[in-house]
Formats: sequence, C-alpha cells, structure tokens
Amino acid sequence: MTPHPAIELAGIDKSFGAVHANKNINLTVAKGSIHGIIGENGAGKSTLMSILYGFYQADRGEIRIDGKPITIRDSQTAIASGIGMVHQHFMLVENFTVLENVMLGAEGGQLLAKGVAGARKELKRLEAEYGLDVDPDAIIEELPVGKQQRVEILKALYRGAEILILDEPTGVLTPAEADHLFRILKVLRDQGKTILLITHKLREIMAITDEVSVMRRGEMVATRKTAETTVEELAELMVGRRVLLRVEKGEAQPGKVLLSVKNLTVKDSRGVTMVDDVSFDVREGEILGIAGVAGNGQSELLEAIAGIRKPTSGEILIDGQPVAGLDPARLRELGLAHIPEDRHHMGLVLKFEEYENSVLGYHRDPRYGRGALLDLDAIRKDAEEKIAKYDIRPPNPRLKTANFSGGNQQKIVVAREIERDPKMLIIGQPTRGVDIGAIEFIHRRIVEMRDAQKAVLLVSVELDEIRSLSDRIIVMFAGKVVGEATPDAGEQALGMMMAGAV
Amino acid sequence: MSTASVPLPNWISYGVLPVLNLLVAFFISGLVVWSIGENPFQALKLLIEGALGRGEAIGFTLFYTTSFIFTGLSVAVAFHAGLFNIGSEGQAYVGGLGAALVALALDHYVPWYVTMPFAVIGAALFGAAWAFIPAWLQAKRGSHVVITTIMFNFIAAALMVYLLVNVFIVPGKMAPETRTFLPGGQLPKLDWLMALFGMKLGPAPFNVSFIIALVMCYLVWLLIWRSKLGYEMRTLGISPSAAVYAGIPYSRTVIIAMLISGGLAGMMALNPVMGASARLQVEFVAGAGFVGIAVSLMGRSHPLGIVFAAFLFGILYQGGADLSFEMPNITREMIVVIQGLVILFAGALEYMFRPAVVRIYQTLSGK
Ligand SMILES: Nc1ncnc2c1ncn2[C@@H]1O[C@H](COP(=O)(O)OP(=O)(O)OP(=O)(O)O)[C@@H](O)[C@H]1O
Ligand SMILES: [Mg+2]
Repeated sequence: MTPHPAIELAGIDKSFGAVHANKNINLTVAKGSIHGIIGENGAGKSTLMSILYGFYQADRGEIRIDGKPITIRDSQTAIASGIGMVHQHFMLVENFTVLENVMLGAEGGQLLAKGVAGARKELKRLEAEYGLDVDPDAIIEELPVGKQQRVEILKALYRGAEILILDEPTGVLTPAEADHLFRILKVLRDQGKTILLITHKLREIMAITDEVSVMRRGEMVATRKTAETTVEELAELMVGRRVLLRVEKGEAQPGKVLLSVKNLTVKDSRGVTMVDDVSFDVREGEILGIAGVAGNGQSELLEAIAGIRKPTSGEILIDGQPVAGLDPARLRELGLAHIPEDRHHMGLVLKFEEYENSVLGYHRDPRYGRGALLDLDAIRKDAEEKIAKYDIRPPNPRLKTANFSGGNQQKIVVAREIERDPKMLIIGQPTRGVDIGAIEFIHRRIVEMRDAQKAVLLVSVELDEIRSLSDRIIVMFAGKVVGEATPDAGEQALGMMMAGAV
Repeated sequence: MSTASVPLPNWISYGVLPVLNLLVAFFISGLVVWSIGENPFQALKLLIEGALGRGEAIGFTLFYTTSFIFTGLSVAVAFHAGLFNIGSEGQAYVGGLGAALVALALDHYVPWYVTMPFAVIGAALFGAAWAFIPAWLQAKRGSHVVITTIMFNFIAAALMVYLLVNVFIVPGKMAPETRTFLPGGQLPKLDWLMALFGMKLGPAPFNVSFIIALVMCYLVWLLIWRSKLGYEMRTLGISPSAAVYAGIPYSRTVIIAMLISGGLAGMMALNPVMGASARLQVEFVAGAGFVGIAVSLMGRSHPLGIVFAAFLFGILYQGGADLSFEMPNITREMIVVIQGLVILFAGALEYMFRPAVVRIYQTLSGK
C-alpha cells in the first residue's frame, strides 16, 4: 500500500462577500516533499493556507491530513494535527528570549522551571537535528530577521509540526539568510517533514521545490514537477500571458542635479551611527540605485531624506535649497514622493478603507476638499481611477486595506505616490511581495518616471532589481558609501562591495 | 489568534454581541438582587418603570442621557486620536465655571437664547483650557495623559470648592454655590417636546441642552469622518508611524484633539448648571465624566452608539434611583454595583463571548 499523502485538499471553496478567493481547490502534497505555491497577488494563496491553518473556515470542501478527514476550527486544532505556520509578519514577543517564545502557550504544566528545563533540552535536540542554531537565551528584538524566522520554525517544530507552511518567507531576508533558510528546509524535508512554500520568486521555486502548483484568480490552474518545468512556463501559467522578465529601457538623459546629499550622518534612537558621512547627487532623468545588504543604513538614509528621521549632521538639498529637518508634509509640497520600505507601518493605515489610504499624506490637498472637510466623492473617484490604472484587486475602494493581499497593498502605495507626478521619487523595496506581472508593471512605471525627467532614488536589497533599473549604482556598507558602479558591473564585483570586502 | 481573527458580520459585532453582554450583566445583577432576598423580576420592572414609566421619569432619564452624551463624545474624540482622556470629569467641572460666568454676566440683560451661545462657548473654552495642560504635557514632554488628566480631576475639585466657598458664595448664605440665575441665564425645559408625545414633563429638568448634545453628535461625526483634522486624528490614533510618514504633526494633533475633548466635556455643565439647578454648585458633575468612559466604550466611539449607550445609562441612573427608593433593601450602593456590572460586561469584557459566538456562527452558517 502506498502511504497517504501528507495533505489532501478537495473542493475547497471560500468567499469574502463578493470576492471569491478560493474556487474549488484540489491539491495533493506528498509526504516528505517541498511543495511550492505561486500565483499573482490576490490569487488566493494566503487564504488557502489560512484555511489549512484554521484562521478561516472554508465554505465547502474537505481537508485530509495523512488520509484522515479533519475539520480545522482554529489554529489549536491545526497545531494538534501537526500543522505549523511561519507567518510573514512574525508573531514573536519582542522582549522575550528565544526559549520563552518557543515555550509560550506550550509551557507544559503550572510550574515554569520544569518546563524550562525540558524545553531547553528539546531545543538542543532540534538544533542538532536540523541545524537550526539560535542562542536560546538571546532576546528576540536583538536578533536579525533571519534568526527571528528560525525561532518561528523552532516554535512550530517544538509543537510537533509535521507539516510546515511558509508564506513568503524570503521577502524580508538577505540573500545569505535565504540560502541558509533553504538549507534548513532541505534538512527538514530529508527528515520526512512536509513543506508548503509560497513565494513570488521563481528562482527559489526552481532551486528547492519538488513540485509546484500555480494559482490564478482563486483557481488552482496547474501542478508541475519542478524538474520538468521552466521559469518561463511558470510565469506564463501565473499571469496568463508571456511576461517580460527583463526591464526594457533606453539611454538615460540626465539633466541638472535635483537632489543632493552632502556629508549626511544619521543616528538611530539608541545613538548608533547608521548613516556615516554619505554624499551623492541624483539628477533629473536618472535612477540612482543604492545596493547593499539590508541593515547597512539604507533605511535610515531614506527616512532622513523623507523627513521622517532627523539627520545628526550634513545637508540635504532639493534644487539647491537646504531641506534637512523639514517635515514630510513640507517635502511633499516641494515635489518629493516617498514609497516607504515598510508599507504596513508607514505607507498604509491597515484599518482604513482603501480610498482613505489613497490620499494618505496628500489629504490636505485642495483637490480632495476645500476648507476643513474632505470631499469624499472626489477622493473615491480618484481612488477608483488609480485602482483601474494599477489593476488593484479587488477593485473596491471601500474594502478595508488589511483585506487586500500583500501585493495589492503595495500597488495602493505605488499608485498614490507615482500618480502625484512628483519631481523626485525615493523608493524603498518597491516590489517586496509583489508578483512578477506587477513587478513588470511597477518597473515600467519607474522607468517612465525617469524618462519624464524625474529624479529617482531607489533602494532595494534585490541586486537584480537594482541592476536592471538603475543608471548608476552606489553601494552602502556599514553606513558608508563604499563604492560606485555602473549597472553592467558584474554581480561578483557588486557582491564584494556589498560585503564590505573592497 | 484563533477565533480573534475570524471576521464577523456587522449585525453580530454591533447588534448581537452588545445585547448579549447587556443580558449577562442584567442576569448577574439579578442574582445579586436575588441573593439579598428581593425578587429580581420585580426589581427589573420597578427599574424600567422608574426610568420610563411616566413623562416625568422619562424627563429625568433624558436629563441624565444628555450629560452622558456630552462626556461620552468627549472621551470618544480623544480616543480616536489614540488618547485616553480620563479627565472629562474635571473638565466638565471647570466647564461649569465658564457657563456660570456667562450666565451671571448676562442674565440681567438678555433673554436665554442670547445667553445660550455665549454659555456654550464659555463652557467649552473652560473645559478645553482644563484639558490643555495635560495635552501640552503629553505632546511636548510625553507625560502620559491618563495620569495627568486623573491628577487634574483632583485639582479641579479642589479649585472649584475654593472658588465656590470663597468667591462665588452669596454673602450670608451657608451653601457653597452661586446666586440663582435669572431666566435670562437658564436653559428652558423641553416640555413642549414631551407634549408632542402626549406626555407631561412635570418637575423633571429635561432641557434645551439635549438638543445641543444632539447637534454636537452630528458635529463630532462630521469632525471624525468627514474632516481633514478628523482624518489626521484617526491616522494618529491607529498608526502613529503612518502619521509620521504622512507628515501629520504629532503635537498639534494631540493638543487639538484634547482641546476638543475638553470642550465637549465642559459643555456637559450646561445641562445641570443652566438647565437644572440654575446655579453653580459643588460636585454637580456627580460622576458623569467617568460614566462617559463607559458610554464611549459601549458606543464604540461612534456618536450614534454613544446616544444609545448614554440612554441606557440614563435609564440605569434614573430607574436605579427610583428602585432604591421603592425597595429599601436595594441601596444606592447596590445600584452602583449594577452599573458597574454593565460597564464591566459591555465595556471591559466586550470580547468575552466573541469566541463562543464565532463558533456558533460558523456552525450555523454551515462552515
Ligand atoms: N478578510 C478578508 N475580507 C475580504 N477579502 C479578503 C479577505 N482576505 C482576503 N481577501 C481577498 O481575497 C483575495 C485573495 O487574497 P490572498 O491574501 O489569499 O491573496 P494572495 O494570493 O496571498 O496574494 P499576495 O501574493 O498578494 O499575498 C484577495 O482579493 C483579497 O483581497
Ligand atoms: Mg499572500
């Protein structure tokens, strides 16, 4: 007799009001395999996984784990059935230690001491078995993101997970951290665990999955053995048309200097120098890319330019006029638009309806209402136009922003900032969590901005993105600019600079 | 996690859940009444009759409702900006000073409808002024507004007693209160409104400030959901980091929100001071500021919800007073316990039954 598949989903259906997020989904995942799930933003991937993990209840359909049909009412049932989930936004208590976080909710009895000893032993064992090394006594907030994610995996394994769901796990990781994660996943698979991996990066799918399923507009449209498919085929299955995986752009026509940063130094709230004596110019009609491993001061640099963080010393000039220390509202008036790295905490108010977010930061503009009141009709009409132009799904300005899928949330921010037709655009991680079709679209918009003689400053940890979009590249390491390069510089050379080796 | 993230339709969140909470509060109150040897159904009947039985009873109920609407709005406005204003009590108290000064200055010369707008402004200004220092300290120094507003309640109480005993007291009289305002400094009763429904108001002090309260409900709704300032307040209240990104000035928004909150609390004074007793007395606020916190919580910080919640607490106040009169076993303190239970279940424990309701909802809708 062949063993039962680890997961079988049969006829899963789920609607949110008018949005049919999952339509009659069938999926079989073999035990001890890594199964990728890809699909456009809003295709229903996260919804499907949330059903498997008990966040949502399916309207119809059956879930079988190891051949046994089960009803997953909530995450407790899911955990009891051996399903673990690593959320994209970690659910860790920041000021607890690793050990405390792993134990939380599974303390094992009234007396903590006994549980602690047991947990420590178990943690050691998991560490040895899967190569998941983290110091059990480290405080979460002091750990880099990659390690925090490892704690999430440990949490799931500690609760006896046999099936691990990872929803876009690499969006926040550096390439090295992502590689490490994949090594861990492979070890887990080889030990017989089953892994479901959602990602927008087809490269990752090709590198580590055994099988891959494609979702489109709520339907499961294809499942392939990874060895028998190609990136091009997957891209086409996802989007339903051929996708340009390269950016097409002509020669830049740089004009005068619009944005100028001189000897800028920025300290964070703890007084640590994050940006150290940085200088550069951005001309109109060019895209300046800032490459670097995450956490080397790029975020603080962007925030300082956007007026969110006060620089400690140095100058920022717009059109020759000093602007350091001005607030974001004033900078917007001067024609500076900002697509922030962190859409959940900065770019959007998740509890707002979509149209309310479509004017965030521009709500004082007379076109959205003269006098003290907002002109809601004008705002909603404006929001609808952006929704149509950027193909934001579902096309409903009255939907709560939190209920849009990750990629569509990003499009809300991008549409708002680009459609203002600013003079300068500063961008952090423009395509984090965005599907390949939308990446193509956003990239084209950014190049259009350049061609319209805007000055564009781009920060991304995706080296590919930096290389394909930028006209010039500077590399940041440990808060300093360590080098400048042209986009045709080799990946190796850039990689060396990013590692601070030059 | 688990059921907390499961979305429920609005009619359950805003209809079934609050009613369920209320029923449980009444049930436990019933047990309390029963345990002291009284019949809970009889008590409930007396309470309802006492609050809604006759025109006069309704008049008293609506009088309390009016005060609670003002303080409920006050708490709600601050709450939308992410601030927990515990100081409505003190702001209302000082607001009374503003209203009284206007009434004392004008009642000799002009009719009430000329005095009224100035009294509204006076009450609001004084209430707002009392909120300003905590607001400023929060905005500029980061001193938590919860702590400072509580302290300001005590300072307000001391200040008002001092003023009434030493400054406003009528020479030769014992009571620490101002002189009685002439009709030009009083807000007339709404007996015509009651007459429309074929009821008699009698001596109940239901007055024009009720209409002012309803107007304020509309204005608060306009402010929060239709104005640029309200948009900024909500952004700040939900996501301070997004507010920074959007260039919404923290200090200014905090201070303005607190001034409006204090102003609304101050207007509460119109009702007892100019509408009922026609003079400024000590402790006229009588806890309405604190009830406002419960009203705002229960009404989900929405003006419409606040009107309903204020009415409910109006019933409890008026009906409760009547009940303790009719059933001497049920003391005034007992009524406070019952009100406390309503606050506990409707406000603090509002999510207690949610998981169970989610399960039932899932089962019933066949999921
Ligand atoms: N709670 C909700 N209420 C209403 N609609 C929702 C809710 N959750 C998800 N949706 C909608 O369901 C659809 C599927 O969303 P889902 O988050 O599953 O997409 P996704 O495939 O994970 O996309 P992404 O790649 O952008 O993360 C979207 O149209 C989304 O707006
Ligand atoms: Mg998703």
